[in-house]
Amino acid sequence: MKNLITSKRRDVLKTMAGLAAGVLFPKFLTAEQESVKPMDWADESINYNPHEHTWGMGVDIDKCIGCGRCSNACKIENDVPKEPFFFRTWVERYQVKENGETIIDCPNGAIDGFEKHPESEDVLRSFFVPKLCNHCEKPPCVQVCPVGATFQSADGVVLVDAEYCLGCRYCIQACPYGARFLHPVTKTAEKCTFCYHRIVRGEEPACVEACPTEARIFGELDQKASPLHRFKRMNHIGVLKPALNTEPKVFYAHLDMEVK
Amino acid sequence: MLSIFRNIRGFMMNSWLSKAPEQIKLLVVVVILVISAFLIIRPLLIPDDFGELGHFRTGALNDAVAIEFKYAGRASCVECHDDMTEMLAAGYHKKLSCEVCHGPLAGHIEDSDENEPSFPRERTLCPVCHEYLSSRPTGFPQIVSQSHNSLKSCVTCHEPHDPAPPEVPSECSACHGEISRSKAVSHHMDVECEFCHTTPELHKISPRQYRPDKPQNREFCGQCHTKNASNDTDAPLINLATHETRYDCWQCHYPHLPEAR
Amino acid sequence: MIMEEIVQHLTPLLDEVTGYIFPNEIELHWGLLVVIYPYLTGLVAGAFILASLVKVFNVKELQPTYRLSLLTALAFIIIAPLPLLAHLGHPEKSFEIFLTPNVNSAMAMFGFVYAWYLMAVLLLELWFDFRKDLILMANESRGIKKWFYKTLSLFSKDISDKAVAFDHKAVRVITIIGIPSAFLLHGYVGFLFGSIKANPWWSSVLIPIVFLFSAIVSGVALVILLYMIITPLRNKIVDMICLDKLASYLFYIMIVDFSLEILDFIHRVYESEESIKILASLVQNRLFSSLVIMQVLIGMIIPLFTIAGVKTFKVPADLRKLLYFISAILVQVGIFSTRWNVVIGGQLFSKSFMGLTTYKMTFFGLEGLLVSIALLIMPFIILWMLIKILKPWRAEDAAVAAHSASQ
Repeated sequence: MKNLITSKRRDVLKTMAGLAAGVLFPKFLTAEQESVKPMDWADESINYNPHEHTWGMGVDIDKCIGCGRCSNACKIENDVPKEPFFFRTWVERYQVKENGETIIDCPNGAIDGFEKHPESEDVLRSFFVPKLCNHCEKPPCVQVCPVGATFQSADGVVLVDAEYCLGCRYCIQACPYGARFLHPVTKTAEKCTFCYHRIVRGEEPACVEACPTEARIFGELDQKASPLHRFKRMNHIGVLKPALNTEPKVFYAHLDMEVK
Repeated sequence: MLSIFRNIRGFMMNSWLSKAPEQIKLLVVVVILVISAFLIIRPLLIPDDFGELGHFRTGALNDAVAIEFKYAGRASCVECHDDMTEMLAAGYHKKLSCEVCHGPLAGHIEDSDENEPSFPRERTLCPVCHEYLSSRPTGFPQIVSQSHNSLKSCVTCHEPHDPAPPEVPSECSACHGEISRSKAVSHHMDVECEFCHTTPELHKISPRQYRPDKPQNREFCGQCHTKNASNDTDAPLINLATHETRYDCWQCHYPHLPEAR
Repeated sequence: MIMEEIVQHLTPLLDEVTGYIFPNEIELHWGLLVVIYPYLTGLVAGAFILASLVKVFNVKELQPTYRLSLLTALAFIIIAPLPLLAHLGHPEKSFEIFLTPNVNSAMAMFGFVYAWYLMAVLLLELWFDFRKDLILMANESRGIKKWFYKTLSLFSKDISDKAVAFDHKAVRVITIIGIPSAFLLHGYVGFLFGSIKANPWWSSVLIPIVFLFSAIVSGVALVILLYMIITPLRNKIVDMICLDKLASYLFYIMIVDFSLEILDFIHRVYESEESIKILASLVQNRLFSSLVIMQVLIGMIIPLFTIAGVKTFKVPADLRKLLYFISAILVQVGIFSTRWNVVIGGQLFSKSFMGLTTYKMTFFGLEGLLVSIALLIMPFIILWMLIKILKPWRAEDAAVAAHSASQ
C-alpha cells in the first residue's frame, strides 16, 4: 500500500514536471510519449532492447581482498587515462582504530593493489570497499546537466554523451560519490558505464569479469532469476549515503557505518 | 516565413495597437523579430536524433557501445583451451578469470599468433591477492612473501591452475595468518592451536567441509583461569562461580588476543 | 601534451591532501572564473536595485546616481557570462543550452534568466529612459553617427510631451518588474549552489538569500566608488546628501546581510550534522584567512563600524568622503572573498567528509589569474564607452551651462 502511494505521488510529480516542460518546450512532451520505441543500433549485430533490462550491481565487502584487479581492468577496458587522478572505479581500505579514528586510503585507485599500511597498529576492524558510479535511480548528475548530455538510459544505466557535453562540470559537483571526472583530453565528463559496450553484447562489465572472489555481482534487478536478486535475498544490504535519496543501484553487503 | 509576416501585419493592423504609442509599436516589431528568429533557428540546430528516447541524443547510446573489447571474457578461452579450463574449474581458482593473470585477451581471440598472452612468473603477481594484509577477510589464504621461500618463483611450487599447496601445510598459520599473528603477540602465544581446537586431519585438504571444533563451556577456560586451579602459571585467576556468570568467556575476551592482564 | 601539463599541475597537490579524499577529487573543477561569475552578477543585481530605489520608492536624494547605476548594471551584465563561457570545456557548444535545455537543471535556466534580465529589463528600461536623448542626439549629429543614434533609438521620432510622459511611466513599470527580476537573477545564482545536496557547504536554503543581499551590498558599494571617481572627473562636486544616503543604504543592507550570514552559521553549528566536523576543519584550516579575516573582519565588521562611526559623530565632509571610499573598497574585497569562500571553499573538502584538499591558482591560461583580472577590468571599459556614447548627464550639463550663461 505504501509503495502504491509513493509511486502514485511520483507519477503526479512526473506529470507536473512534464506539463511544465510541455508548456515551455512542446517538443519534449511528445518525445516523452514516444519513448517506448526500441533502439535501432548502428552495429546491427547487437540485439538488445534497453527497455527489457534494469541493471544493478552487488558488492560483498566481506569477499573483497583488495587486489584492485577491478580498477585495473576498468582502466584497460575503457581506455581511462592511466594518471592517478581519473577513476571510474576504485577500491578503498578502511582501518577503524581502537580510539575510534578511521584511516582510509586508496593508493592510485588500488590499480596495483595494496601494501601494508604504515599505521596499522591498534586496529579494531579493517576491510576493503570497492566504489563505482551508483547508477542512481534518481541521479543528481542527470538532474543538473543543463543540456541533456548525461542521461539515464531505459535500462537504468547513467551515461555521458561526450559529443554533446559542454564540460561545465556541474554533474561532477552534484555527484555525492566522487564517481565522475573531467577527461583531461576531451574536456568532457566521464564515469562508469557498467561497461555498456559489453552488457549490450551479453558480457559482464570488465570489473566483474576480473574480480577473483566474486565480490562484485552484476545482474538484472527486475528479474527473479538473477544473480543480483539472489544476492539481495541472501544478504543484509546497504547503499551509500541513503539520506540523500539518490536510490543507488549498487548494493553493498556487510556495509560498515564508517563507509562514506 | 510569409505567414509570420502576414501575422505581424495583421497584428499591427489591430485597432488596439494602431492607437498605441509609437514606442510600443517599435518594441512589438523588435520582440517579434527576436522571438521568431529564435523559433526559426532553434529547430535547425537541434540534432535530429535528440529526444527520441528521452532528453538525450539517441546517437549517444551508439557512441557508448562503439568501444572495442579488451577483455574477451572467460567463455572465449574455453573454446580452445579446454584442458586448462577443466583443470581450473576443479580447483580453488575456479572463479578466477584467465585474463586476471594472463592480461586482457580480446586481441588474442582475434589473432592468436600476433597477440601472445602474458605468462607472468614474477613473485610480484601472486602477492597482489595473497600477500598478508590485516584488512583481508579471515580464511583467505595469505603468506608473508619475504619469509615464504623467498628466492623461488611462486609457480615452481604451485600450479596456478590448481593451486592446492604442493604439500599439506603443517602450520595452522599458513592459512590463518591473522589469528596466528594476533596470538603471537598475546599472552596465549605459547598455547598451541590444538589445545583449544581439535582439528580433523581432513581440514587441511577440505577446509570448509571438515571444520575444527571450538571450546563449548566456561569450564574449558577455567582449567587455567580459576582460583582453585592447580597451575603454576602467572595467568590471571577468577572465581568461575561468581565472575560474570551470564556470559561465556569468549563473549567478552578475544581468546587469540585476551585483553585482561 | 595536455596530459603532461595536467599531471604536472595535479601531482604536487597529492602531497597537500590531509585525511582521505576520493581519487577523482584531486582536480578542483570550478576555479577562479566561477568565483568571478557570481561576483559580477551580484554587482549587476545590486546596481539595478539601487537604481530602482529612485524610480519606485522615489528616493529623490539618489537621483544623481540613477543613470550611472543603470549603465553600471548593463556594463557588468555584458561581461558576466564571459567567465562562465571561458571555464567550459567546450565553449563552442554553449548554444546547446538554448536548444535543448534540461528543464530540471538550474543551470539550463541560466540562458533564459540572463536573456530576460538583459533584454526585457535592463535594455528596455535604458531605451525608454534614453529615448528622448537618443532622438535629440541623432538630430544634432551627422553621417554615420546620426544613423548610429537613430538605430539605437529604433528609429523612434516622437518627443512630444505625451510620448515622454509615456516613457516615464514605462520606466516605472519596468523597474517594478525589474526588482523581482534582479532578485531572480542573483537568487538564481545562489540556487545553483544551494541546490547541490551532495555538498553540505552549499546545500542551504539561505544561500540564495545571502547571495541576494551580498549582491545588493556589493552593487551599492560599487556605485559609491564610481560616483566618487566619475564626479570629480566631470569637474562636478560630489553631492554629499546623495553620498550620505548611499552610505546609509549600504549600512542597513550590510546589517541584513551580516545577520543572515550569522544565522546560517549558527544554524549549522547548532544542528551539527554529519558534515560539521569537516566543515569546522575547513574553516579553521583552509579558509581562515579568506573567511574570518577577509570576509568577516575586513569586508564586514570594519566597514560597518566605520559607517556607524560616521553616522554617530559629526565628521567633516572631506573625512566622511574618505571613510566612505575606504569602506566601499573594503566591502568589495569582502564580497569577493564571500564568493571565493562559497565557490572554492565548497570544493576544498572531500564528499567523503574525511579530508581536505587545496586549490592551486594558475597565472596564464584561460582559467588563470591574468584572464580573471582582464574580466574584472572589462566592465569598467564598457562603462566608459557607454558613458561616451549615451552621455547620461547631457541634459543636466546643458541646464547648468544655460544657467551660468544667463547669469
